[in-house]
Amino acid sequence: MTAKARSKATSSAKGPLVETTYRDALREALREALREDDRVFLMGEDVGSYGGCFAVSLGLLEEFGPERVRDTPLSESAFVGAGIGAAIQGMRPIVEVMTVNFSMLALDQIVNNAAALLHMSGGQYPVPLVIRMTTGAGRQLAAQHSHSLEGWYAHVPGIRIVAPATLEDARGMLATALSDPDPVLLFEHGSLYTMKGTLRADAGAVDLDRAAVRRPGTDVTLIAYGGMLARTLEAAEALDAEGMSAEVVDLRTLRPLDDATIVGSVRNTHRAVVVDEGWRSGSLSAEIVARIQEQAFYDLDAPVERVCSAEVPMPYAHQLEAAALPQVASIVAAALRTKG
Amino acid sequence: MTAEPLDLLRTMLLIRRFEERCAELYSGGQIRGFLHLYVGEEAVAAGVCAELTEDDSVVSTYREHGHALARGVPLESLMAEMFGKVTGCSRGRGGSMHLFDRSRRFVGGNAVVGGGLPLALGLALGDRMQGTPAVTACFFGDGAMAEGEFHEVLNLAVLWRLPLLLCCENNLYAMGTSIAKEHGSTELALRAASYGATAWPVDGMDAVAVNRAAARAVDEVRGGAGPVFLELRTYRFRAHSMYDPDRYRAKDEIADWRDRDPIELLAARLRADGSLTDADLAEIDAEVVARVTAAVEAAAAGEEEPVEELTRFVYSDTSTAARSVR
Ligand SMILES: Cc1ncc(C[n+]2csc(CCOP(=O)(O)OP(=O)(O)O)c2C)c(N)n1
Ligand SMILES: [Mg+2]
Repeated sequence: MTAKARSKATSSAKGPLVETTYRDALREALREALREDDRVFLMGEDVGSYGGCFAVSLGLLEEFGPERVRDTPLSESAFVGAGIGAAIQGMRPIVEVMTVNFSMLALDQIVNNAAALLHMSGGQYPVPLVIRMTTGAGRQLAAQHSHSLEGWYAHVPGIRIVAPATLEDARGMLATALSDPDPVLLFEHGSLYTMKGTLRADAGAVDLDRAAVRRPGTDVTLIAYGGMLARTLEAAEALDAEGMSAEVVDLRTLRPLDDATIVGSVRNTHRAVVVDEGWRSGSLSAEIVARIQEQAFYDLDAPVERVCSAEVPMPYAHQLEAAALPQVASIVAAALRTKG
Repeated sequence: MTAEPLDLLRTMLLIRRFEERCAELYSGGQIRGFLHLYVGEEAVAAGVCAELTEDDSVVSTYREHGHALARGVPLESLMAEMFGKVTGCSRGRGGSMHLFDRSRRFVGGNAVVGGGLPLALGLALGDRMQGTPAVTACFFGDGAMAEGEFHEVLNLAVLWRLPLLLCCENNLYAMGTSIAKEHGSTELALRAASYGATAWPVDGMDAVAVNRAAARAVDEVRGGAGPVFLELRTYRFRAHSMYDPDRYRAKDEIADWRDRDPIELLAARLRADGSLTDADLAEIDAEVVARVTAAVEAAAAGEEEPVEELTRFVYSDTSTAARSVR
């Protein structure tokens, strides 16, 4: 059965629940992909002997060998481009870039080749490539390891951008991404790797088209993704105490956006807050607000609010970093503002 | 194996006549965009591509008409692409700088200097991992050797012993910047050798010399020796592009190189050894010109892609993401 055929909006897996982490779920997905398809290989800096800079690929070198779990030198542009070429030549590469900040060194290959080849070639060269990278702040890694630049990539037609925020998506997005005929960029938030929870033992591929309502509510829609989902859910709980029922939408896929789910929710609640760890100016959050006003202007009871990172390169000191990031309190405050 | 010199001559003439016609059509406004001519460098494409099999892949630059023609991409589909027609090899979405032909494993012109190198590395990696004996030939200029991507790619290709043939077309200029102003060391083959690749310079005006070098290089690469780097010393007779007033080169310098026109050079040699008469040459030329003329007529008559198809091929037709742009 293909990953496509197995995929579903939210997993309908029925197996027993097992304890796991986001990191282990990602690793299980990689292992399954390597096991099921000879064309799949993993390539990047320190994915092999080191075990992956965030230990996601730990043990895979031993299991699959150095051809398929392939350590590369510090050459982001070359190995991302190599993934593109190998994909064209019939392989199904998974390229790991340590963090989104370093992917700037491969921007040429991602934007000028991966995203453009299909169109530029008049449909002749699809690029079935998956690029994984870490994104986001929260670990005091300062301004060259903490930014959320996935919104930039979401600007570019020709690539699909996904951001697993749950264990189920960490486990299930890769298989679907690999069955996509076009490039998929998968953003793993650095603070999620240690997230614990339970997952069905037979959890598998999930769809990459739909946003998910993670919490139903009636008074306001909180829209988040990736590393911001957990604290947005927390904010929703806090809003209950304030007598405001918040619905939480997890975008899951940042390009193409699932307008129907976003707008559908806002039509019911009449209020919206977009929570985005990226900067505010020229951002994904701005895009979402624009779409809401284009499609649901007359359903709105209040201007759409945004909670984004402060417009500074991420500082190191813990109190500064915390102040720069969207927090539960700022999300709650934004939601309450929509009540007027 | 090496090619018949007469075939090399025919290929070079085809490229030359094709491009001369392109320049005319550009002046007439039928071809737009950037147009980078290869005139003077034909021996490189002809000599190298003659050594490739149909399973091999080719990656090129924005100066790629010669590579595409030598690779066997149909003349008609190339000319139609120049005209921006749906009958073009990239359905009118690429133009002069982005010629693609999957059936010839011609993986594009690339208009980002150095940008084709990582892609070619990956094609070679894909072939290697699937156990096919194919070789990937990547063309790039002397200017591209200053890019970080070149360094990354050559290091990796040597490290992984990939079947990559690196063809550096050293035409002494990157736009208006002469090689002495681009490189601390202008011995490009020596530099490549320092990475551990087999590398040597070749007279890029001599199609037979290029072809012999390519034959040896392809043999080595196919045999699993890892990448080979050829520095093909050549010269573009015309400006960088149609926009370039060519203010940075001395007239004498251009004239000296024109004296070594690769087509004249090979024709003279064949005449001298008795294998070509003036009448033969005139016949080949007439044949080539007739083919180009027919291709121009077909291109002019070709259909345009309807604008309703504008957003096609952003995502694959089979992808759910295609709906988001259509
Ligand atoms: C990354 C990048 N920088 C700059 C340019 C603009 N540009 C186009 S061609 C060129 C010169 C390249 O010279 P070379 O690699 O020697 O190739 P040639 O044109 O001589 O064949 C430059 C600077 C570009 N296309 N891409
Ligand atoms: Mg040059």
